[in-house]
Amino acid sequence: MNVLVEAITDMREEDAVRTAKEMLDKGTSPLEVLDNCREAMTIIGQRFEAGDCFVPELILAGEVLRQISEVVKPKLTQTVTQKKLGRVVIGTVEGDIHDIGKDIVTFMLDVNGFDVHDLGVDVPAAKFVEEVKAFQPQVVGLSGFLTLAYDPMKNTVQALKDAGLRDKVKIMIGGGQIDDQIRQYTGADAYGKDAMAAVALAKQWVGG
Amino acid sequence: MFTPPANWNKLSARERREARFASWMSTEGKPMATPQAKETYIRHTQRVKDIMDLKKPDRVPLLPFMGGFFALYSGITPRDVMYDYDKYTQAWLKYNRDFRPDYLVFSGAFNPGKVFDLLDYKVYRWPGHGIPETQPFQCVEAEYMHADEYDALIADPEAFYLRQYMPRAFGALSGWAMFPPLYASMEFPMLPALMIPVGLPPMLQAFQAFVDAGKAALEYAGASGRADGQIMAELGLPALPGGFTKAPFDIIGDTLRGTRAIMLDMYRQPKKLLAALERIVPIAVQMAVQTATGGDNPFVFIPLHKGADGFMSNTDFKKFYWPTLKATLIGLIDAGLVPYLFVEGGYNQRLDTIVDSEIPTASSYWSFDKTDMQAVKRKLGGWAAFGGNVPNSMLHAGTPEQVTACVKELIDTVAVDGGYGMAAGAVVDEAKPENLRAMFETCKTYGVYH
Repeated sequence: MNVLVEAITDMREEDAVRTAKEMLDKGTSPLEVLDNCREAMTIIGQRFEAGDCFVPELILAGEVLRQISEVVKPKLTQTVTQKKLGRVVIGTVEGDIHDIGKDIVTFMLDVNGFDVHDLGVDVPAAKFVEEVKAFQPQVVGLSGFLTLAYDPMKNTVQALKDAGLRDKVKIMIGGGQIDDQIRQYTGADAYGKDAMAAVALAKQWVGG
Repeated sequence: MFTPPANWNKLSARERREARFASWMSTEGKPMATPQAKETYIRHTQRVKDIMDLKKPDRVPLLPFMGGFFALYSGITPRDVMYDYDKYTQAWLKYNRDFRPDYLVFSGAFNPGKVFDLLDYKVYRWPGHGIPETQPFQCVEAEYMHADEYDALIADPEAFYLRQYMPRAFGALSGWAMFPPLYASMEFPMLPALMIPVGLPPMLQAFQAFVDAGKAALEYAGASGRADGQIMAELGLPALPGGFTKAPFDIIGDTLRGTRAIMLDMYRQPKKLLAALERIVPIAVQMAVQTATGGDNPFVFIPLHKGADGFMSNTDFKKFYWPTLKATLIGLIDAGLVPYLFVEGGYNQRLDTIVDSEIPTASSYWSFDKTDMQAVKRKLGGWAAFGGNVPNSMLHAGTPEQVTACVKELIDTVAVDGGYGMAAGAVVDEAKPENLRAMFETCKTYGVYH
């Protein structure tokens, strides 16, 4: 395993950032550094899926990635256009301001090659409709931590239906009190119990 | 208010527990309007005492935690509950009269909006204040304690709360950042050094807001006491629980550092985090003892947050979350209190850890949300009482038939030997009345032990 990939996956934050800087100083191409980061994130994603790493590791890896991209970006001579697997619109439904679960799903979708449009928290149904029209995602993710997210989720699915967009997207829901009963209740296509379930669903739906 | 007997310090933990239970279970000095109410009070307190002692009571007790359901059921909003105590009282009476729960379980939706407004509370949003009037209060996670402030917290937690946390958490108390050191009160010539800053406008404004909020809190306490007193008198429902505390990891993770920051601290400054967690233990115990003693009630409600399955590895749970929670539980048990753990999310990966031989048998109660109850029975059975697991999703989106079947199954499988309390997994905010009724009725009829 490459030194940078190893430092990131071992959660050695300072080593990882220093190694990336050293690589760039020695003339390694910024694209290669970014490739290493992607490789590391794939491994972390697999570990997360296997139950070998958890939220602290994802948050730390996100922090490492942020710091490395800060040093890489000024050195990039061309814009990196990575081919994306598909587009996802995601947000925490109206009335619910919790973001941790949603942020982790966004992060995991992003590192797994999706173009994710994150609308934030307390997102009204009409906003989802507007963004789905503009961004034309294949997948919509609705997040909600509390039981009071049940009805806003249902209303959001209904709003997409009313706007004639329901057949154009697959909808997944997730959060602390979400289960299959709520999937049926809201009319969503699936629910996922964690971020990797969200990635698996999105991949399945875009045929990736 | 529970008054400990004169020989308190010589009593064993078990004797203290019995003394607290005896005081709570006694009807003396409690407002019972009818002999039936008195009889209900005695029967219901005995019922929950039996399950805590891992015995079979007369029937499975109903122990759901109430959120905003009672308000929505009565046609008022959670906003009304927090701002109109008359409306609250009517709704609370209606729910308790119509549903006849076993206990007067404090509603988490009932909070004094005026107090929060006066203090300009930043850490939460509540109905009509940053979120819709129909929504329950929600935490705004932020770094109210900064990454480099662990030493200050550890050195003097109360001073840290006074001069750092409170000025950040409450807009109206921002002046307290200049709160002078109280040690200046030790000497005649030093006293002016203490008092002069108190006269400055930011401090005056902060004190004024504090005083006003205190008065508003007293109005709230009066309204709460009158409503609960009326229900107790009329229906004989015992109040439960009395005290409140949290796991030290959640105390730091929820409202001091926030999830994201505390999880980075686990990697970036684990030693400081561990030291701070240990420093918080006596505070967590003291908070529980104070609130439960004030409420004359042996139970201490402890909602568990960031140690649930998926949040961290078992290794980290055993390193960061469990040791100081365990120390807190032992501290409570030693004070004669019963920790009432509200285990939100799943705890399937943690069961082997929490069944800890250093925690005495029949001394704690665990209400589960999404944990496999067969595994709970296998692992906790004979060690601690447990309950919960009726899905909130089913109470909202399911049918009465589904709920009835679910409750019967819990009674047949996990409640069969006693030591179990019927409850929803999470706080009941959103539910169809007919579903909650089905849960209550099935428990009351099918849950009788023969």
